[in-house]
Amino acid sequence: MNLKRNVPDHDERMLLNTPFHSRLQKACELNEWEEWKGYKAPVIFTDLAQEYFAMRNSCGVFDLTPMTKYKIEGPDATAYLDKLMTRNMTKQRVGQVLYVIWCDDEGQVLDDGTIFRLTDKRYRLCSAGRHMDWLQCTAPGFDVEIIDETAEVAALAVQGPTSCNILQGLGWDGLENLKPFNITHFQFGETPITVSRTGFTGDLGYELWMPPHCAEAFWDKLMEAGKDRGIMPIGSRALDMVRIEAGFLQAGVDFVHAETTVRSGRTRSPFELGFGWLVHFDKAHFNGRKALYQEKTQGSPHQFVKLDVAGNRPAEHAFIYNKHKKAVGSVTSAVWSPITKTNIAFASLETPWGEAGTELYAEIYFLRELKWTREMVKCSIVEEAAYNPVHRRAVPARCL
Amino acid sequence: MKKYDAIVIGAGHNGLTTAAYLAKSGLDVLVLEKNPYIGGATVTRELYPDWKYSNCSYVCSLLRPELSRDLELYKHGLQVIPYVGSTTFTRDGDYFGGYDDHARLYRELSRFSVRDANAYDRYSADVSKQTRLIRPFLLRTPADPTSFKPGDIGELLYLAKTVYSMSERQLHDTLRFWTMSIAEFLDEYFETDVIKAHLAGSGIIGTALGVNSPGTAYVLLHHYMGDVDGTVGAWGFARGGMGAVSDAIQSAFLAYGGTVRTDAEVSRVIVKNGKTTGVVLHNGDDLYADTIVSALDPKRTFLDIMDANDLPEDVVSKAQNFKIRGSSGKLNIALDGLPSFNGLAKNSRLMVGDMHFIDSLERMERAYDDWKNGSWSLDPYVDMLIPSQIDPTMAPEGKHMMSVFVQYAPPTLASGAWTDTDRESFGKTVIDQISQYSPDFKDLILHAEIRTPQDIERETGLTEGNIFMGELTFDQLFFNRPFPGYGQYRGPLGGMYMCSSGTHPGGGVMAAPGANAAREILRDLKRPNIVPSAYPDD
Amino acid sequence: MATDTFDVIVIGAGHNGLVCSNYLSRAGLKVLVLEAAAQAGGACITRSFSEGFAVSACAHSVSQLHPDIVGDLGLESLGLQYAVKNLKTIALSEDGNHLSILGERVEGAQLSDSDRQAYGIFYNRTKRFAAVLANLAGKCPPRLVEGGLTEKLSLFKLGLDIRMLGKTEMREFMRIATINIFDVLEEQFENPLLKGAISFDAVLGAHMGPRSPNTVLAYIHRQMGSLFGFAGPALPQGGMGTVTQAIARAAVANKVDIRYNCPVKEITIDHGRAVGVVLQDGSTYSAAQIVSNADPGTTFKGLVGYPKLDSGFARRVENIRTKSDCAKLHLTLDGLPEFTGSSDAGQRMLIAPDAAYVERAFNHSKYGEYSSAPAMEILIPSVHDASLAPQGKHVMSIIVQYAPFMLRTGWDTQSKQAFTNIIVQRLARYAPNLPGLIIDSELLTPQDIEQEFRITGGHWHHCELALDQIAMMRPVYGATRYSTPIEGLYLCGAGCHPGGNVMGMAGKNSAAAIIKGRST
Repeated sequence: MNLKRNVPDHDERMLLNTPFHSRLQKACELNEWEEWKGYKAPVIFTDLAQEYFAMRNSCGVFDLTPMTKYKIEGPDATAYLDKLMTRNMTKQRVGQVLYVIWCDDEGQVLDDGTIFRLTDKRYRLCSAGRHMDWLQCTAPGFDVEIIDETAEVAALAVQGPTSCNILQGLGWDGLENLKPFNITHFQFGETPITVSRTGFTGDLGYELWMPPHCAEAFWDKLMEAGKDRGIMPIGSRALDMVRIEAGFLQAGVDFVHAETTVRSGRTRSPFELGFGWLVHFDKAHFNGRKALYQEKTQGSPHQFVKLDVAGNRPAEHAFIYNKHKKAVGSVTSAVWSPITKTNIAFASLETPWGEAGTELYAEIYFLRELKWTREMVKCSIVEEAAYNPVHRRAVPARCL
Repeated sequence: MKKYDAIVIGAGHNGLTTAAYLAKSGLDVLVLEKNPYIGGATVTRELYPDWKYSNCSYVCSLLRPELSRDLELYKHGLQVIPYVGSTTFTRDGDYFGGYDDHARLYRELSRFSVRDANAYDRYSADVSKQTRLIRPFLLRTPADPTSFKPGDIGELLYLAKTVYSMSERQLHDTLRFWTMSIAEFLDEYFETDVIKAHLAGSGIIGTALGVNSPGTAYVLLHHYMGDVDGTVGAWGFARGGMGAVSDAIQSAFLAYGGTVRTDAEVSRVIVKNGKTTGVVLHNGDDLYADTIVSALDPKRTFLDIMDANDLPEDVVSKAQNFKIRGSSGKLNIALDGLPSFNGLAKNSRLMVGDMHFIDSLERMERAYDDWKNGSWSLDPYVDMLIPSQIDPTMAPEGKHMMSVFVQYAPPTLASGAWTDTDRESFGKTVIDQISQYSPDFKDLILHAEIRTPQDIERETGLTEGNIFMGELTFDQLFFNRPFPGYGQYRGPLGGMYMCSSGTHPGGGVMAAPGANAAREILRDLKRPNIVPSAYPDD
Repeated sequence: MATDTFDVIVIGAGHNGLVCSNYLSRAGLKVLVLEAAAQAGGACITRSFSEGFAVSACAHSVSQLHPDIVGDLGLESLGLQYAVKNLKTIALSEDGNHLSILGERVEGAQLSDSDRQAYGIFYNRTKRFAAVLANLAGKCPPRLVEGGLTEKLSLFKLGLDIRMLGKTEMREFMRIATINIFDVLEEQFENPLLKGAISFDAVLGAHMGPRSPNTVLAYIHRQMGSLFGFAGPALPQGGMGTVTQAIARAAVANKVDIRYNCPVKEITIDHGRAVGVVLQDGSTYSAAQIVSNADPGTTFKGLVGYPKLDSGFARRVENIRTKSDCAKLHLTLDGLPEFTGSSDAGQRMLIAPDAAYVERAFNHSKYGEYSSAPAMEILIPSVHDASLAPQGKHVMSIIVQYAPFMLRTGWDTQSKQAFTNIIVQRLARYAPNLPGLIIDSELLTPQDIEQEFRITGGHWHHCELALDQIAMMRPVYGATRYSTPIEGLYLCGAGCHPGGNVMGMAGKNSAAAIIKGRST
């Protein structure tokens, strides 16, 4: 398995640069970076509010190259994925993207991700965490090959109401007809670029998958095409705001990877994360089936909820109490939503305190000029994501 | 004639720890040490002018932070500086770098195997589960499972609570882990030989077991369960060498009003009416105390300084059957400069960490076969460090001190006792092993101290030179340490106690045996407990 | 499409499969046994390998067959007769100064009185420890944490059994249960031949050397035989096949339908439940419960298939230790070989001159080599049983350790011949006239055993008997206590508690678990 024995400078560099790095570096005025899967990734480029509103009002560009990508290919690729995922994978068409979760034997969530059916026998799996070990562990008995192609595929998310229009400016005619969760292909000069109408923002948007060699040239062209339509590179902080508004969970934040969790009782099943709709029992065997079936019939110890929190202070890391002042859970993600003017939080609660209509309180601590204040604010469980505009799903895409 | 409240035999770190707590409790305590200096195997020695050698134990992780804090060891001069990284050199001129930062470690692992790089997270999580399980027991006295005394039942209930907090699956995994060989354990995660070899070292260091011997997964845990400032599994250097640890404990002991007498080898423990009442020194002096604590290993305690006629028969045979095997040697080397290593930049972060020169489990197992045949390993596993890169007190400026721990070396050779010629050949084997990966190493050597298990025994009194004062196998762990029925620090006679690494939880410079023994002694003397309990681990 | 319907299908007519089917049908169930081979027996058979000679091809003596099974099934009236019982173990010495061991007694010219005494103490002590295991062998082992009240009681009983050994013995049990036989022997004996013989018994069939922890446990496990009436091994009249033939006869009498030449290709699973089997010829059978006598690897990887099992479980199955280092050599001889200093070649003879010899023999197998000086257990069953060889001629059956499953250079005609030569040369040191008597030979490497007897890794016990793979841990988490992650699918082979060695208890306990499973 001597895959990359001759990596130069492997002892020296702390963090890898993505193929877009020269451009990110130039744009990142605040010079605020973080480590993301071994890569150097911008936190904020210039101004958080501007980046946030770019995605809601015009167009934000996010470099998602560090996201883990696996090529899964072979005659049994579909059957293999059907065993791996809780969802029925035999129903996925070529050119379609599915949101998926997968579990261990105990039915606890290992990760979530998106799976792209590129051809009949070839897929791409994108996930937050790395899973080669588990993917290989599931492979025996299937004729399938799994290759980590993270470094071989450069990727950009182009998200926001003007995204379609900007990309059309590259000569990509017909893009407006691409349906959500579908894939198409365009040319950039001689280079083919895969385009999917997917994203982590809950808005109109696309993800672009390209070979690294054209990354810088593409970036320049894209920025040029979008300069009059409010295009702007965005960092992880702004992305975090929009994903919470859109109701998307993040692995490692809203739940932990079951297999690398040390303490008992910390993992969550799909039902405990509100992903019951992704678990299909009426299909061939899949990992965790027995445990999940048992849980479905006997109930889950935890419930995951979206909360509307009173006041305007984000309920980050807050304990949630029931009306008897007993702590029944805690907040995993929270944000003040600038566009909807609501105070949103995700929380994992003990059953049955996650039932709609339950009276709950968040214990919020906040610091103002070296003084900590604690307040108990009322919160209510909401079913829908805070932000869910019609143009997110419109076909043809509304072009501004 | 002066009578002490307690006499502790042996001024190693455990003896001093027991003594410090007894003195802190207000007792009049005397510590007796056979050597002209204290420390036992936790010692710094200047055997070459201006160089300091940690010539037995050489790194620090297991020393309980609860004790460091409680005895105010910082005030008494102890500073432990963490170091990071470790390297295994391969025969093809490459190396595997065990970096401390996750991103780089992942990248390094994936140079060899992407799957291994990912499996490493599962491996660390699984090892962490086990360390979390064991750490709360380090500062507790094991229950006697055959006893119906309330204290023992309480302790057994604590154990049962720990067991029952696990699911059936976790318990299966735990039982498997505790009985597996390190090779099999690693096989369940990794496919690359050098990665397995890199990690397997901790499973054999100090034991007379090979990587394929069941039980070595636990030995790995023993090396992982320590921490430096909360980073579990991290190791550090004691500034000034390991002697700084025992010096600091001694200083605390003296501050509590204790007395230490060096050059005072005990020849015999005095027993009257089934109780220990004092000791006789080699020079003929006799000293008396109601409490006699032995910090010597169980064999030395019961077979050397005690008379078989004074002891119950089972204790004598148990001491005879106690497994304490010499398996390690040590080289301490003064260097004229920093050597270079194949493929590694001199400013690499890896330079300050451990270095190993054996790149497969098979080579490690063969090294063990040599030991079984009564020879030192001809292709030895070494754990090599150059602490002077971090600790400026170890060598003059620009010069360096190298510590080389060698696995395996037998207590006696097939040909008989070690001779000077054998020692030289052994040293040459080790130096040649390192030289294969460091072309300029040999030319930089100014002085080398070569220590065979026989030498270690002669100087420190550790039987066969075993660094843990008894094998860390199941039959000798927890309530079985040192022997079944004697796992609570009390000897077979009234007033007699044990506090060495031969008692729970074993060796590795933890000071926990010493502290636990003190707690039991104070209990018997009906004095308030002043020995701290473990920090909660969540 | 077969039209017959059955309550239970048992895959494999090895001794455990047959025992299991007997107990199932005695409980009123309609049982079908499907066997791939042309006869019953699995690894407990007698077969010919050279014109006019027959040999117990895999297992070659009876030392643990449980008396309950013999009694319950009336095996003695169904043809199970022994040609000889309680064979002595002769620890061979090249100079002819052998040791002879039977039960608690050991004799030998050069044996000290203290060793003689120590052996008696050691034997009786390990026998007392074996009694704890023997009690557990008779039942389904309890779960440790998640079991119900009955299991908690059973666990309590196990604790009590250990406690009842007395304080001293309990402590000794806890001390030696996990350690290696080498150290224990060093503590207690002087005579190298005695230490060699005991250490060999502790590693027989395992991928362990005398210095490997777990070997004392293995020895105690073997000692269970002495509680089942076997102070020494016994040879069934007609070879080992006689045992399984008798059990098969009992099964037929109990209306079990046994079909031979019916290799099962896969177990049919519908929504996580086993519902039937498909044979290699495509025919199908259905039943509410399926029992596999095959080893866990064959069952889960082969018959069920990893795609139908959770990945974590599949990984656990892959990690079961099934490495065997045991080869079997069969020799046909033109006459009885003369062993230096011995007049009785009919006993069980060992070549294990000292414990270090056995350990050195083991070293090779760690590196994928066969031993250059192997350890052996030698039987000449034809001394007692004329049915196995023509008049005046003999058949010799030898268990040889160590021969790794994966030979680094690969097992082929050449390497097999080379290893055979090493074995014969070693034998000739003890029986100089042996090489001249050899007519024909057959070497079964672990790979051959895997192939002929369909045992993954060629391991006698299907999986190693070690602390992490015994009792409630056996064979693997998720498939303990005879049940499996697949509803309706059970295990009954040597891979289950309490292991193989032609004891039959795995089959019996499994039947009880299945019957219990039907009622819930």
